[in-house]
Amino acid sequence: MRRFGYSRPDDVGEAIAQERRFPEAKFLGGGTNLVDLMKMGVEKPAHLVDITRLPLTQIEERGNVIRIGALTRNSEVAAHPLVLAKCPVLSEAILAGASPQIRNMATTGGNLLQRTRCFYFYDPSYAECNKRVPGSGCAAIQGYNRIHAILGGSDHCIATYPGDMAIALSALGASIVVQGPRGERTISLDRFYRLPGATPHIENDLKPDELITSIEVPTPTVTGSHYLKVRDRNSYAFALVSVAALVDLAPDKHIRQARFALGGVAPKPWRVPEAEEALVNRPATEAVFREAAEIAVRGAKPHRYNGFKVELAKRAVVRALTTASQRG
Amino acid sequence: MSAHEDDITRRDFVGVTVAAASLYGGAVAEAAPVSGPADTANCSLTINGHRHDLQLEPRVTLLDLMREQLHLTGTKKGCDHGQCGACTVLSDGNRVLSCLTLAITQDGRHITTIEGLASGGQLHPMQEAFIEHDGFQCGFCTSGQICSAVAMLKEVRSGMPSAVSLNTKQTMTDEDIRERMSGNLCRCGAYPNIVAAIRSVEQRG
Ligand SMILES: Cc1cc2nc3c(=O)[nH]c(=O)nc-3n(C[C@H](O)[C@H](O)[C@H](O)COP(=O)(O)OP(=O)(O)OC[C@H]3O[C@@H](n4cnc5c(N)ncnc54)[C@H](O)[C@@H]3O)c2cc1C
Ligand code: SF4
Ligand code: FES
Ligand code: FES
Repeated sequence: MRRFGYSRPDDVGEAIAQERRFPEAKFLGGGTNLVDLMKMGVEKPAHLVDITRLPLTQIEERGNVIRIGALTRNSEVAAHPLVLAKCPVLSEAILAGASPQIRNMATTGGNLLQRTRCFYFYDPSYAECNKRVPGSGCAAIQGYNRIHAILGGSDHCIATYPGDMAIALSALGASIVVQGPRGERTISLDRFYRLPGATPHIENDLKPDELITSIEVPTPTVTGSHYLKVRDRNSYAFALVSVAALVDLAPDKHIRQARFALGGVAPKPWRVPEAEEALVNRPATEAVFREAAEIAVRGAKPHRYNGFKVELAKRAVVRALTTASQRG
Repeated sequence: MSAHEDDITRRDFVGVTVAAASLYGGAVAEAAPVSGPADTANCSLTINGHRHDLQLEPRVTLLDLMREQLHLTGTKKGCDHGQCGACTVLSDGNRVLSCLTLAITQDGRHITTIEGLASGGQLHPMQEAFIEHDGFQCGFCTSGQICSAVAMLKEVRSGMPSAVSLNTKQTMTDEDIRERMSGNLCRCGAYPNIVAAIRSVEQRG
């Protein structure tokens, strides 16, 4: 691992100032992704600003919004009574990810910014990876692309966003609060992540000197929700496909409103408003869910080894919506 | 809770102020350190009750610090990438992966490793249970399994949900134990006996 400097500020303003002061600096959260990528030689910061002791560890309700500090640990968020009571799909998604040890370490902000698990990205012995080395090509498009995207990819990159928590946050309509030298701003999570286009190395809207300080989750008024994760083993594995679904049923079992987002299939949490609209005022039946699923994967572009994801995604949408409808 | 677990819990929390009642509250309030790439930095951490005042390169992981510098080789390096759980230790009582933890970040923390579980010449009940139930074959994953299991029972007692318990509302079914222990792989496949060992400790309460 390359040598790097280290600092541990205890105040947000100082953390941002240090990121700007030290060349090639990065923030360090739980380190579960960054330290790993540094060992691999994918990330090579010259300085780490350890933000784990910043006072951004609150989880509180303000009106109809749960505000979660960026330095809360994944396990704390998943176990928090407010989260369990008001948006259990978030707990479900977090608990479906990684392992208890990793969830004890991983922070909310770091989780949002975890990088793709594309094998070619992760291993610098592959020369071609536009995300790691802009302009070098993409080894995955003609390579072993079983875990890659079927939606939202480009000729430059077909990597998926690998996380679980952000999929639930997308369906919940959450926003990200960031603080930088120019002050604070709030971005909706759906607009925070970018599609790769010709610049797959730019993954989101965050500037290097901006710090995620919290996320804001509007508490949903729904009758049921579910996070379904499909993977190669039952636990401690990334999603092949996942679905976060929220359903609000009227007493006569018609759908008042439904929202869902897909993980594992695209470079960002994949949410399709037309698919959600297709559910409004319809009965909560498998046929109706299937219609929405078809709309959600419209335009899917499978590659040599990941064609199975198209049908899997549709079935996962149907199952997640069905389970969410039965809950509550 | 057995007397042993009591000891460990107490030891883990020595020095943690009441204000740090949240699991991860700050135990340290010294001047915030800054060091350059060529520097080492001061770091003081307590491992199994012994305080170590160290000069560390920031890139040293907690796992390498313990194994290479402090000769605490009970904690194992399986993958070095967060994928196996062999390096599991407790930091202020919480199970974490020492291979993805930079030692410098643990300044002021209390670390417990497999070497610190026994007390007064008595094995920890979880260690005894692993022997009694034959919860290992080659033993390489075992220190991580045992540290993980000790913290896991504490998590259950404090109400931590799992992906399984959320939906079944039941904790400590075999399925729930497996889910809660899924961060510790065993290439020898001693899983059934590991589950039995953990269950026996849980039942003895
Ligand atoms: C074996 C393994 C299995 C895993 N399985 C899953 C899984 O199934 N599902 C899943 O979702 N995840 C999984 N993960 C990924 C894990 O969830 C992430 O590594 C973790 O959430 C990252 O959080 P962190 O705090 O450790 O981030 P770090 O590694 O500390 O940081 C990640 C990035 O975010 C930046 N950063 C961190 N905090 C902030 C902030 N507040 N503001 C601005 N920038 C910031 C850092 O500079 C860095 O670039 C797995 C990881 C491992 C190692
Ligand atoms: S899919 Fe993206 S991350 Fe993977 S090799 Fe291609 S450019 Fe790199
Ligand atoms: S050695 Fe740390 S998880 Fe494998
Ligand atoms: S006993 Fe050999 S790896 Fe678990």
